[in-house]
Amino acid sequence: MSTREALLEIRDLSVDYATAQGALRALREVSFTVPKERIVGIVGESGCGKSTLIAAIIRLLAPNAAIRSGTILFQGEDLLGNTEKRMRELRGTAISMVFQDPMQAHNPVLTVGRQMVDIQYRTGISGAAKRRRAAAMLAEVGIPDPERHLDQYPHEFSGGMRQRIAIAMALMARPGLLIADEPTTALDATLEVQIIHKLKALQTEYDCSILFISHNLGVIAKLCDEVVVMYAGEVVERGSVRSVFHQSIHPYTRSLLDCDPGRIKERTGKLPTIPGEIPNLVSVPPGCIFVERCPDRIACCQCERPGWHEAGDGHGGACHLLEGP
Amino acid sequence: MTYKTRSELRVILSHLLRDPLGLAGLAIVAVVAFGALTADWITPYDPIALNIMDRLQGPSAAHWIGTDQLGRDTMSRVIMGGRVALEVALPTIGGALLIGLVLGMIAGFGPRWLDNLIVLLLDTVRSFPTVMFALAVVALVGPSLQTVIVVIMVTSIPTYGRVVRTQTLALKSNEFILAERSMGASTPRILAVHMLPNVMGPLAVLASMDIPTVIALEAGLSFLGMGVKPPTPSWGAILNDGYTLVRNTPWLVIAGGIPLIVTTLEFTFLGESLRDVVDPKLRKQR
Repeated sequence: MSTREALLEIRDLSVDYATAQGALRALREVSFTVPKERIVGIVGESGCGKSTLIAAIIRLLAPNAAIRSGTILFQGEDLLGNTEKRMRELRGTAISMVFQDPMQAHNPVLTVGRQMVDIQYRTGISGAAKRRRAAAMLAEVGIPDPERHLDQYPHEFSGGMRQRIAIAMALMARPGLLIADEPTTALDATLEVQIIHKLKALQTEYDCSILFISHNLGVIAKLCDEVVVMYAGEVVERGSVRSVFHQSIHPYTRSLLDCDPGRIKERTGKLPTIPGEIPNLVSVPPGCIFVERCPDRIACCQCERPGWHEAGDGHGGACHLLEGP
Repeated sequence: MTYKTRSELRVILSHLLRDPLGLAGLAIVAVVAFGALTADWITPYDPIALNIMDRLQGPSAAHWIGTDQLGRDTMSRVIMGGRVALEVALPTIGGALLIGLVLGMIAGFGPRWLDNLIVLLLDTVRSFPTVMFALAVVALVGPSLQTVIVVIMVTSIPTYGRVVRTQTLALKSNEFILAERSMGASTPRILAVHMLPNVMGPLAVLASMDIPTVIALEAGLSFLGMGVKPPTPSWGAILNDGYTLVRNTPWLVIAGGIPLIVTTLEFTFLGESLRDVVDPKLRKQR
C-alpha cells in the first residue's frame, strides 16, 4: 500500500472543541493517508471523531472547533494553510462530499435539475450544456428517464434515489477525492448494497479516491481497500482491509469485530457489546485511551500512552502489547 | 419527447388559478388593481369636484351609489380610494419586506453580536403600538400620504425581519446548506440561491396577508383624520364622512365599507391560497 502515491495525507491532526467544561479534545494526533485511486474506510463508534475529521479536511468545522496541530496535505497542498477562497475552489471540484442523510441533503424548494445546474456555476458552459451534463450524471448513477427527473423536487424521490442524486452531484466535477460520510446509514439493507456497488463502480470509472466513513464493518470489508480504526479521537489501528480484519493487532479492533452479528456462530438472545463507555474527552486520561474497556490490558496501559507500532506492509496499531518482550 | 423547464412563477400561478379561493382572490385583486390604474378614465365624475346642489343624494342613474354631503360622486370616490389604498399598501409592504429581508438574513446568518443588535432594534420598533406611533409622528410633521406610508412601513419591518431571521436560523443548520458549502458555495451564493427561495415563500404569504392590514390601517388613520388630507378620497375618509350621517344616508358608510371588506378578505384568501402553493411539498398532485 505504501507503493501508491498519497492523495491525502493527514499528519498528527489534533482538533479541540471549546465547551463549557473546557476544551474537548475530539481528535488527537490522527495520522493516515489516502492513496490515489483507493477506497479508505474509517470505522469507529459514534462520537469517535469521524465527522470532526472530515469537517477538518474540507475546513468546515463548527465555529467552536480549533485545530491545535497537524497538517493535512492534499496533492501536496497544505489545506490547513489555505485561504477560504482557495478552499472554496477545491470544495466540490477536487474534494466533494456525500452526506449521511439523503432526505436532508437537498434544497427542498428547488428542483433537482436547478440544483445540479447551479453547482456547475464555475464551469462556464452554457445553461443547456449544464442541463445535459446533469441529466448524463443522473443516468450515470442509475436514475432512469433523467430528463424528466430533473424537473422534480427532492421530496418526490425516495431515499435511495436521493442518495444517488447526491452522489451524482458530488461526482459532477470529477473530484480526486470523494468523502462519503456514512452514506448508507439512513438507507435499508438492499439499497445499501446497491449504493455500495454503484460507488465501487463509479470509483473505478472515475479513478478517484474515496474516504468512506462508516460504523458498518460489513460495508467497509466489501467496499474498501484500506481501513483506519478510530477510537475516542485516536487512530488505534490501520492497514489493508484483509490484514486488519483477519490479523487485527489492536484489542479494540478485535472487540469490534466480535460484536459484528454476522460473526456470531452460536445461537444467542443477546448481541455482544464492548463493556464500558468512551472516556470523557475533556480530561483525557494519561494512559492508553482504550484501557478501561480493554480485555487484554497490562500494567503500563494505565499510565503510559502507547506508541505506534508497525506490523509490516503498512499495517500498524497503537498498543503496548505490540512492543514485544 | 421533449420536456420544458417550467418556471417557478408559472407553476405557482397555475396552481393558484386552480384553487377556487386563490382564483377569487386573484380576480378581486385584479379588479381593484385595474380600478386603481385606470381611475382617471373610468370614474364617472371628478372625485373631488363639489356639487352642493346634488348633496346627499341616494343611489340614482346619475350617481350609482349617491353623493356625499358636499355633493361629490361616491362611486368616483370609491374607485379613486382603491388607488389611494394600493398607493399606500404597495410601497409600504414592498419597503418593509425588502428591509426586513435584508436585516433578517444578516441577523440569521451573521455573527451573534450583530444578530443581538438587529433583534434589539426590531423589538424596539415593535414595542410601539402602530396607531400611537402614527399619531405621534403625524402630530410632529402633519398628516400626509407620505407620512402614512413611512409610519406603516417602519412599524411593519419587525414582522418581516423576525420571520426571515427565524427561517434563516432554522435553515442554516440544515444539512443541505452544509452540503452546498462542501460543494464550494460562498456565503453570498448560499444566501441568494439557497436561502432566498426558502424564505420567499413564507414571506410572500405574509405580505399578501399583510396588505389588508395596511389598507385597514390607512383607512383607520384617515378615519381619525391622521391619514390622507381631506379632499383625497380614501376609503377611510369616505367612512369618516359618512358615519355622522349614517341614520339618514347609510349608503355612504356602505360604499366606503364594502370595498374595504372585500379587498381585505380577498387579499387574505390570496395569502391563504399562496401558502399552500409556495411549498412544493404541499402542492396538490397534478
